[in-house]
Amino acid sequence: MALTGRALLILGLGVAVFGAGASLYGARTGRREWVECGRRSVYALAGLMTLAFVILEAAFLRSDFTFNVVAGHSSTTTPTFYKLTAPWSSQEGSLLLWVWLLSLWSSLVLFLTRGKVREIVPYATAILLGFGTFFLSLTVFYANPFATTSNPPAEGAGLDPLLLHPSMMIHPPMLYSGYTLLTIPFAFAVGALITGRLGSEWIAVVRRFALAAWLFLGIGILLGARWSYTELGWGGYWAWDPVENAALMPWLCITAFIHSAMIQEKRGMLKVWNASLVLGSATLAIIGTFLVRSGVLDSIHAFGASTLGVPFVLLIAAMVCGSIGLVVWRRPQLRSESQLDSLLSREAVFLFQNLVLVAMVFVVFWVTFFPLISEAVTGTKVSVGPPAFRPFIVPLALVLVLLSGIGPIIAWRRVTVANLRRNFTIPVLVGLVTLVVLIVAGGGTSSRPLALIMFGLGGFVIATVVQEIWRGVSARRAMSRDPVPVALVQLIRRNRRRYGGYIVHAGLAVLLIGVAASSSFQHSSDVSLAPGQHAVVNGYTIRYVRPLASASAQKISFGAVLDVSKGGKHVTTLTTTRGFYPAQDPTLGIIGRFFNGSADSNVGLRAGITKDIWTVINPDLGPLQGLISKGDRLFAADESQIMSRASKVSTQQTQQSLNALFAERDAAISGLVARFKSHPWSVNFLLIVSPLVTWIWLGALIIAFGGLIALWPVPAFARRRAVARAGAGRRTSPAVAARETA
Amino acid sequence: MLQFLIVLAILAVVVIVVTGPLRSVSRPSATADDSTEIADLEAAREAKYREIRDAELDHSTGKLSDEDFEAVDRTLRAEAVEILHALDRARRA
Repeated sequence: MALTGRALLILGLGVAVFGAGASLYGARTGRREWVECGRRSVYALAGLMTLAFVILEAAFLRSDFTFNVVAGHSSTTTPTFYKLTAPWSSQEGSLLLWVWLLSLWSSLVLFLTRGKVREIVPYATAILLGFGTFFLSLTVFYANPFATTSNPPAEGAGLDPLLLHPSMMIHPPMLYSGYTLLTIPFAFAVGALITGRLGSEWIAVVRRFALAAWLFLGIGILLGARWSYTELGWGGYWAWDPVENAALMPWLCITAFIHSAMIQEKRGMLKVWNASLVLGSATLAIIGTFLVRSGVLDSIHAFGASTLGVPFVLLIAAMVCGSIGLVVWRRPQLRSESQLDSLLSREAVFLFQNLVLVAMVFVVFWVTFFPLISEAVTGTKVSVGPPAFRPFIVPLALVLVLLSGIGPIIAWRRVTVANLRRNFTIPVLVGLVTLVVLIVAGGGTSSRPLALIMFGLGGFVIATVVQEIWRGVSARRAMSRDPVPVALVQLIRRNRRRYGGYIVHAGLAVLLIGVAASSSFQHSSDVSLAPGQHAVVNGYTIRYVRPLASASAQKISFGAVLDVSKGGKHVTTLTTTRGFYPAQDPTLGIIGRFFNGSADSNVGLRAGITKDIWTVINPDLGPLQGLISKGDRLFAADESQIMSRASKVSTQQTQQSLNALFAERDAAISGLVARFKSHPWSVNFLLIVSPLVTWIWLGALIIAFGGLIALWPVPAFARRRAVARAGAGRRTSPAVAARETA
Repeated sequence: MLQFLIVLAILAVVVIVVTGPLRSVSRPSATADDSTEIADLEAAREAKYREIRDAELDHSTGKLSDEDFEAVDRTLRAEAVEILHALDRARRA
């Protein structure tokens, strides 16, 4: 089916080019039938890419090693679950996933906008199909997922063991959904700028897609952090890696847009700003995709060096120049319709929050690309790590949390001092009490004042959200006399954007409290222990009870059972292992290649609401090295003896001899591995006791829940009322109509 | 051969689906400008209704004092009526 797959890609490319051209022609001439052709091209592209993706998935499922991409990223022993995810572990497959998701989301937005924003849609269609054309060109000309070989290997190389993690099933599709969804606001912004239709209608169309992009990208980022925490064996969840940053930047940018779009909808303000944020978010998404695929910056998440850098640079240049040109061209029409009434208003808080978010984007962008900038200027690539981010990001994050608390309790347009006092008293008290209690609990001083401030601000934000929800419930109960749970559900149901957003703010506070605590008050110890020995970390005694070892055709594993106790009381028993996967490189030796391939870590983790006890083993294979080298020499000699006799005996006899040799090799490997248990030696452990890490995942879940509430469509009955109201038109006063909708 | 036939069939379906609108009688789209203006005004009207509703919720949850709410509500209603008038004019045109 490889031929069919390749043909589908070429056909898809043709459809994308035709659809983009038809849309532009229809837009220029006003001929709707051509615009409709463009729309149908997007639907057709979605169908073709779905078929292509199914063909690729089927090849992975049946381990069809005639497909190069299957031979390179899967094997017959890869579990079925991971065979399904293997396509996006490759450059070729992930590009196909990108264009497939792009076509699906594009189809959805064009389906939902039938009969709406009719002037903008053709240009948006052309832009979306332009992105489709770009990515399809990459799959057709540079990274074909349907490339085959006439001489397939008997066994595939297998999936990178680091990707054998449940998060990897969802993480890339989430990130790619976020990236591809960001192209939708971009496309509609370009359409609005070209046509000069710069009112709030295009904002209303893209708002939900921007929110979806924010949600998917956020989930993707958090899943990546979880994978890093449990799989990579370094004890952290965020390393300020270029690829991590590449996902964070558009997320920050679209977060700013989600807030500032409300100001444009309500006040007709910030039009240049909003257009710039949308254009910037999509450009940053493409820059992120470029970072993953070009190999220009070193990252554990990247696909490594490739030939895709130049096309991406050209696309990014076109997006940047085109965006700037369009905004400058339409600047007169992008003037605000009104001005800020007061600096004490929600729109002022949103504006300030936008500046903070954009400052964060700037910092992340500058520090991430500093190695490239330094290389361009001085000729030397200067590596910068997490310490370069913290002096800027931490204070900005503190201000952001403060503003996320102020936003929900300050009204639009104007606020009086009396109202401020009324709304701020309880949350400020909660924040201060939190801060004072923590300072007192810490003995009056702390070496981590910024973390304490974050806890205080977190308390303030959570208090504002609880207060807002409680007041909303009380107001609703005053009208309806509903019980509290019913009033709460009705309140949120009828004001999803507002209360979904508040819940997101509370989740952000919980998440950042977790980040501040785990990064500031972590205790770690890198120790070498023999069985029976122990180390003490933050009052926990962690004893190396006994070694574990196992060998199979797929993996050699060395591990340890650890007993954790505190004050003489048993807390938990942890098991940590490090797996070694055989390398395909024959120069590593017949035995050696089983010990020198890719490795992954299985951390021993006890996660709790107050602290995590995190352990990982890093076994030193030095004591086995002499035996491994000896085995390599002996087996190499035996193998060459068998091969030298091959011309004198039958093929069957040679094969039998080789099989016997391989059986001896497997026995030797098992014997070597068993020495880890029979003659145990000291091995290295990284032991970490970290507070409130679980709050990060809990905060992420709260954020996702709030995001889903805000994203969920308005109930049908509310839409019917809105339609009825529109039909009633002038007969109903606006305030009455608004009350009806509420 | 089978793959070739499959691809050919897919190609035929795609061509029929994508070019379908070109084979049907095209309708004039002279009202595009008007409908776009109406759509813009309808979006503005919805946003204004939402703003009125938000102000009411802000008032009921104590974020706006009675005086502030009256002033804001009066302004919002005036803006909404202006939009509704513009919408009427656009529809009549």
